[in-house]
Amino acid sequence: MTTERFRRLRRRGDGEAWHAVQLARHQDRPYTLDYLARMCDDFLELHGDRAEGDDAAVVSGIGSFRGQTVAFVGHQKGRDLKQRTYRNFGMPSPEGYRKAMRVFAIAARLGFPVVTLIDTPGAAPGVRAEERGQSGAIARSQLTLMGLRVPVVACVIGEGSSGGALAFGIADRVLMQQNAIYTVISPEGCAAILWKDAGEARRAAAALRPTADACLALGVVDAIVPEPSGGAHRDHAKAAELLGDAIQIELDVLSSIPPPQRRAARRAKFRDMGAFVE
Amino acid sequence: MAENISVDVSRLDGGGPPEPAPRTRNTCPSCNSHYREDEMVANLRVCTNCGHHFPVTARERIVQLADEGSFTEIARSLHSDDPLEFADSKPYPERLRVAERTTGLRDAAIAGSCEIGGTATALVVLDFSFLGGSMGSVVGEKVARAADLAVEQRLPLVSVSASGGARMQEGVLALMQMAKTVSAVDELREAGRPFVSVLVHPTTGGVAASYAALGDLIIAEPGALLSFSGPRVVKQTTGEDLPDDFGLAESNFRHGHVDLIVPRPELRDAVARSLALLTGGQPYRPPVLVGDLDPVGALTRAMSGMRRRISDMNPFRNGDAGDD
Repeated sequence: MTTERFRRLRRRGDGEAWHAVQLARHQDRPYTLDYLARMCDDFLELHGDRAEGDDAAVVSGIGSFRGQTVAFVGHQKGRDLKQRTYRNFGMPSPEGYRKAMRVFAIAARLGFPVVTLIDTPGAAPGVRAEERGQSGAIARSQLTLMGLRVPVVACVIGEGSSGGALAFGIADRVLMQQNAIYTVISPEGCAAILWKDAGEARRAAAALRPTADACLALGVVDAIVPEPSGGAHRDHAKAAELLGDAIQIELDVLSSIPPPQRRAARRAKFRDMGAFVE
Repeated sequence: MAENISVDVSRLDGGGPPEPAPRTRNTCPSCNSHYREDEMVANLRVCTNCGHHFPVTARERIVQLADEGSFTEIARSLHSDDPLEFADSKPYPERLRVAERTTGLRDAAIAGSCEIGGTATALVVLDFSFLGGSMGSVVGEKVARAADLAVEQRLPLVSVSASGGARMQEGVLALMQMAKTVSAVDELREAGRPFVSVLVHPTTGGVAASYAALGDLIIAEPGALLSFSGPRVVKQTTGEDLPDDFGLAESNFRHGHVDLIVPRPELRDAVARSLALLTGGQPYRPPVLVGDLDPVGALTRAMSGMRRRISDMNPFRNGDAGDD
């Protein structure tokens, strides 16, 4: 049934995919820290994974969100060249995921809900990232979120690309902003592999169907968060208000569910994803 | 320049090196040794000259690992849908049909239950020859069902992974298979069932970064590429000089990401020992070959033991899946 709905949707808007890719990557689009500054009355950023270092591509900390303490973790991109380099283009290293897991553990122990904001072109590729266990860090971040006894809400706020994004994507409720994208691989990466030409990214984007509408129809996200007219980059304050409202609604509903049930439902939700014929 | 000179010298020597025989899939890529198919099967597809590990299909891997007649397949009828109506140069369903024809499989994994060295276990094996062992909805579901089986029947889980990562043709649903398999491991852990993850060449991307990284015990075959990003991607995006052993099992071992590197001839015994210990059973004793007093290395002994087992047995019950 979802598949049928998805197929109708597909015929409607092939050209929309590339537009969404561009909006999701817009350099004026609000990033995690832009949202936290507007959504939280106070936010204390926590640094370091207590083992190796501090990854600037991941922001994590404790914030006061509409009257309650919430643990926030998100990818962080930079706006100018210096910031982009410092944030490694929002591509986390293993210590970024380990820092996040440290904050998830604090939230679980002290009973704070967890909110993750997803915005990354993917996990950092590199010799050091591999040597420090990129695969294991991504897998364990998912496993940690899967088992948390506190409510978890995730929202894709820009680029949700590959395992580097999914590491923060395990939640009771997964939201997606209207112009965000969520995909198994970047359109360029897909084009390079399947078309042997990264220049075919536009076609790859259409084939991958990474838009919020498509992800909702496929059952990968639970709700779409509206953006200000023209896109989130047009009005950061309004975008933050709309995102905050959506998060609050989800947290209110989730807080009334007993923890064991919430955890079982979270597991079942991901266990049921996929499309196959038996 | 140097190459030209050396060719000239060899010609002066008269005759030069013989024409190399045509390469086949049974030609060793590192030492050029040739093997007949029956030799390959008997050697567990390991080059007896240099130790190179050739790829092994899921079926043959099960033959190598499972006790005779003990394997029962589950979820055999699962096959892929085309949720995105994905097409690059070829539509996805066509790629699936070609892969089905060339491998005789319905997708890139076989799941079931069996005994390994006498310990009953759930088992899931990925097959790299089916679309690069990529994890789409069927592979994700089979991994999850193998874990479910372990929980229901209170068995350990063994996985053997060989995969390029998530299957692009299933888009974001392929990404979600990582989450699906992680949720299955979460249940497995809650039920207190042990999980042995065997990583063989190559295990990268979405498989490396989901269930396969979450074994209580992680065993790798020597020389296997085990990384999140492949060497080509790393080189292209970062321009870094890669170490010779970038992402290989040996490098992963040095940095603490795998417990053991086990050559294929010893793999069955290593898995059997692990399962016996993890399930609190009697310690596993590898079969002793009567009259084998030859003090050769453990590898050769294990190899000959395996040879005998392989040629004598069929682990598939009632010829199930093992007959084609």
